[in-house]
Amino acid sequence: MSTPILKVRDLEVEYATPNGPAKAVGGVSFDLEQGEFLAIVGESGCGKSTLLFAIAQLLTYPASMVGGTINFDGVDLTALNEEELRKYRWRDISVVMQSAMNALNPTLTISAQLADACRAHTDWSDEKILERSREVLSMVSMDHVHLKSYPFQLSGGMRQRAMIAMALLLNPRLVIMDEPTSALDVVAQRSLMSQIQSLREELGFSVLFVTHDMNVVSHFSDRLAVMYAGQIVEIGKTRKVFDEPLHPYSVGLMDAFPSLVGAPRQLLGIPGNPPSLVATSPGCHFAARCPSVMEICRTNRPELVDEDGHSVRCYLVNSVQI
Amino acid sequence: MNVTSALIGGLSKTWHFATRNKKAGIGSFLLLILLLITAFPTFFAPYDPTAEIFTPRAGVTWSHILGTTAFGQDVFSQVIVGTRQSMMIALIVGLFCTILSVIVGVSAAYFGGAVDDVLSLFTDVVLVIPTFPLIIVITAYVKSANFWLMVFVLVLTGWSYGARQLRVQALSIRNRDFLLAAKARGESSWYVIIVEMLPPMTSLIVANFLGAALYAVLAASALQFVGLGNINTQSWGTMLYWAQNNEALATGMPLWALAPGIAIALLGSALALLNYAFDEIANPALRPVIRTRKRKVMA
Amino acid sequence: MKKVILEVEDLSRYFRVGGLRAKGLLHATDQVSFTVKQGEIVALVGESGSGKSTIARVLAGIYEPSEGEIIFEGSSISKNSDKAVRGRMPMVFQDPFSSINPVFRISHGLERSLKLHRKGLSKEARKALAIELVEKVGLTPGADVLRRYPHELSGGQRQRLGFAQALASQPSLILADEPVSMLDVSIRIGLLNVMKDLRDREGVSILYITHDLASARYTADRMIVLYAGQIVEEGLSEEVVASPKHPYTRLLMSTAPDPRLPYVEIENPGDLGEPPRVIDPEPGCRFAPRCPLVMDKCRTSNPTMVQVSPTNRAACFAITS
Repeated sequence: MSTPILKVRDLEVEYATPNGPAKAVGGVSFDLEQGEFLAIVGESGCGKSTLLFAIAQLLTYPASMVGGTINFDGVDLTALNEEELRKYRWRDISVVMQSAMNALNPTLTISAQLADACRAHTDWSDEKILERSREVLSMVSMDHVHLKSYPFQLSGGMRQRAMIAMALLLNPRLVIMDEPTSALDVVAQRSLMSQIQSLREELGFSVLFVTHDMNVVSHFSDRLAVMYAGQIVEIGKTRKVFDEPLHPYSVGLMDAFPSLVGAPRQLLGIPGNPPSLVATSPGCHFAARCPSVMEICRTNRPELVDEDGHSVRCYLVNSVQI
Repeated sequence: MNVTSALIGGLSKTWHFATRNKKAGIGSFLLLILLLITAFPTFFAPYDPTAEIFTPRAGVTWSHILGTTAFGQDVFSQVIVGTRQSMMIALIVGLFCTILSVIVGVSAAYFGGAVDDVLSLFTDVVLVIPTFPLIIVITAYVKSANFWLMVFVLVLTGWSYGARQLRVQALSIRNRDFLLAAKARGESSWYVIIVEMLPPMTSLIVANFLGAALYAVLAASALQFVGLGNINTQSWGTMLYWAQNNEALATGMPLWALAPGIAIALLGSALALLNYAFDEIANPALRPVIRTRKRKVMA
Repeated sequence: MKKVILEVEDLSRYFRVGGLRAKGLLHATDQVSFTVKQGEIVALVGESGSGKSTIARVLAGIYEPSEGEIIFEGSSISKNSDKAVRGRMPMVFQDPFSSINPVFRISHGLERSLKLHRKGLSKEARKALAIELVEKVGLTPGADVLRRYPHELSGGQRQRLGFAQALASQPSLILADEPVSMLDVSIRIGLLNVMKDLRDREGVSILYITHDLASARYTADRMIVLYAGQIVEEGLSEEVVASPKHPYTRLLMSTAPDPRLPYVEIENPGDLGEPPRVIDPEPGCRFAPRCPLVMDKCRTSNPTMVQVSPTNRAACFAITS
């Protein structure tokens, strides 16, 4: 068993708000193996994007990391300064943002932006940059003619492909993706996911993928982590989490998606709202909305307990904690 | 009625804000003092400002804390009584400028199309006209320089900037669904503009008013300094005029010129501080803000 | 046989594009015809560029139709924006953030709607009715909710309020323009259930506009699939989903992210294409460039809607010739 390429331990991130600090990420730990596709799923406000930004060391005020370590290939990223971090950026770890229209420079052609990224992290010659640009565009099934295109001339799906191409320029070992498909139509979404899949098979990079729509990753991710109120409440092999969810929130979530197959039936969703991250009450964050809540859930915080590669943060499941 | 509750809500929020924001606090305090002086000048002024009965060119003494003028008038009393004119110009010009800006800016944004094109062109032309030379030309031409002429001229040249600002903000609100929803449920255009569109723009309108008032104070003082105001009334600008004509600074009466100058600066600062404060209410981007994720709303 | 509430006949809406010189006509929606009966939910399903939002806006009176007729409750409303008529067909908007005026309390919009559309009610009666309306959509306690400001409600609650406001004018048809797209997944079901509830308990019909096939199947009795401004398939939701006929519907089904569907490997993960922007269209099926069943005929003539089962119709030469 190879050592994980990414080891996150007890990561904590707080946002400064007028009402006090809000704990956006409250102690997240997980491993990511080389070549693995880990999807982090959760609804708005659960902290998944914040988690991603923290790992990419891109947090800005008013968010700040207040605890934990991020170990990439044996190096603690939090201990590095900006200069040292730059060596990892794009070469080992690259990021694909949520909305390409916001992340791509509207006034530069695709080739100019790819060249920009190359020059920032390498000392390649112009020929090499052009060659590599053509290579990455082919990888994402884009015609070379688009090197001369501006972002507004491309469709949404193609812009996202350009973003992925840019992320793959220096053959990184880890690609972090923040909801890259949410602005796309269903067909473009599927083709983008398939593209990512085939690239992974070809190049072998690991993927950390954040989304609010777990269905998008259901056929592609190796493992799935469900986040709620800043913590991972369940993590395990994707298929297992879908077919046999253990945490009441996961159970509720799986039941909240209308399906195209199977007999028509009434769905319920999850009543209530996520808790405030500023005024945290004692006990499990999900207690107020949990259909199986017990006494202990209101007073104690459950830990993430692993069993056979599948971890759940719930007293209902992990009775050993009581 | 909901509109009154909205107004009361807005006022209480404003009060809350004024008492917490430093700029608003200082600005309001200064403004309040000046308003008091405007309302009760005789209470604050120890002497009749026009009385030429004192020792001329006197320095700072207990009975004349800012000295006397070349004609033997008490400088302090003049400053106090002069407050009223400057304040009135500020408030009246501010009010009319704002009314014009709102009408032009919001109509252009709401009706769009040809109406917007015409109004925007008109606004831009007036905006580009160099205001001060225009003011001087008009007042010099009319010769009988009275208060209302000055108000007229200042309003004429001062409304266009605010109109542009308000048009932009009105446009951004225009595209919000709640206006569409109001129209869709059958409200008339006037209702939509006045009841649904203006209230969210309140803080920017107030900021505009303060900006126009500030412009009025400075422009009016400059006009009076140059002698285009009524030099026989009591105002800060005319004080500067007389002081300049009698070479106050050179002949050992610096306070005669400095006092009105500082007064103008105080009123200007009060208005400017409040202007910044209301800009911050109107535009949250100017405040220290928590990054909110706009992609999905909270469950 | 249920009464027909809305009849749309050959509705088209064009927009001029291209600036002063290149004058092109964008066919946002082209020759669309469908009906909505009393007490049924009909879904307009399509991706971007399908014309679904344009149709909704034409029906809501925001745009006028370029061609075609809209017959609502027996009378033509194509050129008519009579307040009373519009009240009978209100719209619920997509964005919970911007669809409510932030400076007024929740009661404001409701009471205005009631004042405009339910004449002859006293102030107290209106207040009581407002409470009743918000409780019908699951916002309880009603009096408490009415006193609050929009920013105190969550996105899901605001969308429920949108339906309550629509109910205020006693509509026979509610236009719901992607009402759940901006909500979290676990909250969507709540809103979809509210819609079904309104159909069952109040007898209101709903035109549900969405890009999500699964939620359309869950909520709607009938489904209309749009592509590039035209209807390609329509009929009973269950049947469309169980046996899709048109190649585009099949593409939507196969690419829909549903964990319970078996994974269909796409051989060539290149771009599967995007819906076109239809400007000054030539004759020919608009799906032809992407269609796996394309024939020569498809490129030269427009397919028309043909009955493919007792309840469903589709417009495709390949399946109906």
